[in-house]
Amino acid sequence: MKITQISVFLENRKGRLSDVCSLLGDNGVNIRALTIAETESFGVLRIVVDKSDLAIKLLRENQFVANFTDVVAIEVPDQPGGLASILKLLSEHDVNIEYMYGFVEKFSDKALLVMRFEDTDFAQQVLAKQKIHVVTEKDIQGL
Amino acid sequence: MMDAPFWNREIETADRSGIEQIQLQRLKETVGWALKTALYRKRLGHVGINSPTDIKSLDDLRRIPFTTKDDLRVSFPKGHLAVEMGEVLRIHSSSGTTGIPTVIYYARNDLDNWTDLLARSIVATGSTSADVFQNMMTYGLFTGGLGLHYGAERVGMTVIPIGGGNTKRQIQTMKDFQTTVLHITPSYLLHIHSKLGEDGIRREDLALHKAFIGAEPHSENTRRKLQDLLHIDAYNSYGLSELNGPGVAFECICRKDMHVWEDAFIPEIVDPKTGEVLKDGQEGEVVLTNIVRRATPMLRYRTRDLAFLHPQGCDCGRTHRRLSRILGRTDDMLIINGVNVFPSQIEEKIMKIPEVATNYQIHVDKKGALDRLTVKVEIYPKLFLGEVSKLEALKHKIIEELRSSITISPGIELHEPGSLPVYEGKAKRVVDERPKD
Repeated sequence: MKITQISVFLENRKGRLSDVCSLLGDNGVNIRALTIAETESFGVLRIVVDKSDLAIKLLRENQFVANFTDVVAIEVPDQPGGLASILKLLSEHDVNIEYMYGFVEKFSDKALLVMRFEDTDFAQQVLAKQKIHVVTEKDIQGL
Repeated sequence: MMDAPFWNREIETADRSGIEQIQLQRLKETVGWALKTALYRKRLGHVGINSPTDIKSLDDLRRIPFTTKDDLRVSFPKGHLAVEMGEVLRIHSSSGTTGIPTVIYYARNDLDNWTDLLARSIVATGSTSADVFQNMMTYGLFTGGLGLHYGAERVGMTVIPIGGGNTKRQIQTMKDFQTTVLHITPSYLLHIHSKLGEDGIRREDLALHKAFIGAEPHSENTRRKLQDLLHIDAYNSYGLSELNGPGVAFECICRKDMHVWEDAFIPEIVDPKTGEVLKDGQEGEVVLTNIVRRATPMLRYRTRDLAFLHPQGCDCGRTHRRLSRILGRTDDMLIINGVNVFPSQIEEKIMKIPEVATNYQIHVDKKGALDRLTVKVEIYPKLFLGEVSKLEALKHKIIEELRSSITISPGIELHEPGSLPVYEGKAKRVVDERPKD
């Protein structure tokens, strides 16, 4: 099941990242996972939050360029080789990963990762078939 | 009077009445050719000029309406061509204010005349056939490269047609062939100086004597600085493709501003607002009539360059008046490392890209000795999907679109909407932070 990631365009300007976090924090939105993709001249902040609709509304009202992206939250054995085994499986089934990053919290005793796939629907089919546990939007909100 | 070098002493030191006789004769011929073109036929007819005989004195020049860059855009491609294409030996082109370029055609005699003017210009600087000439201006449709190339060959110099760019190779070439004369933009020359020593080649290893500097306006201070830093003599050169290219005006060994070759061009300085012809010594817009080109006659072309004509003679003995260095523009055209760029060209391309919102800014500054152009754009929120690769691709797309129009690659900065300044009324699209020394 897909979950919602919010991507925010960040100009290479002092304080932009801090502004985003303050805005969300001041309005009771909690960040669950976060990563930044940077280039020489700008960055893209990717966050998974507990209140996506509110977050997007706040960001857009405050002149941030933000949009939703579908990603998947996967549980991975929390031990050396845990991630590698999942990645090997996905690769064997021709599932392409564009990027991934970690959650702040765990849902169970397993590690929790956000993954963005080239073909989300196909990836979900493979994950279901391989019995890899996917965490839902509802579960995230409860974290 | 000093013993200055001349290519054609008789013409170059002819008295005023002699020059004016030549001008009148050639103006009549030029009007004759102009009447063959769509561009000029009607507009000359409207002021009662239907044949060369309607030109009775040089004062009749003032009856002729000005020609502008927009006129050339409208008459593109052949509205201003006075001969059959079969007679055209060369085509040169320069950027237009929007996508449509300006094209100039040259018949055989036109090329010969142009080359002769350049030979004359080169000899006026004291250069000779013994010189080794490194032509560092762009070859191709740009007139700067080929113009000086043929002029230098006519003088008998040893010509290295190296063109622009590749600084390491330029310096190596200067050493290998002991180049004595350069043709280059002042900013690139400064850049070359900053790179000397990097590959073990020092100024002492070179035999540089002179530089012909042009294609971008620069101050007397800049010229002096170049001379001091490089231990050379730098000669200012003026021209524009609409009037052939380089060779409209050139400095002599006195280096006190540039002689306009008045047997080939009739220069006027006009008030840019009223069109009134001003006196020598008064600053205004340079207007030029080419009286030695048949394929593309050009009558009273408004260059949009601001300058003045010196009333006094020159110590070299030439009687062709000197044009001051260019003091500014009447329009918003930018010159970036010798390349003409109109903000409207940039706007035209940017507006066609859907991912870019309507606010943008053109930023010009210096990176070391060279000019740097950056176009700042605000991205359009709806088209942002969160992928870095798409944003990078957008940047490349903008660069490619712009480069196809302005020929140089600008830097691109992506900005959040609302982050670029917005001005009341006419937006201040261009921020030029280059020092005006």
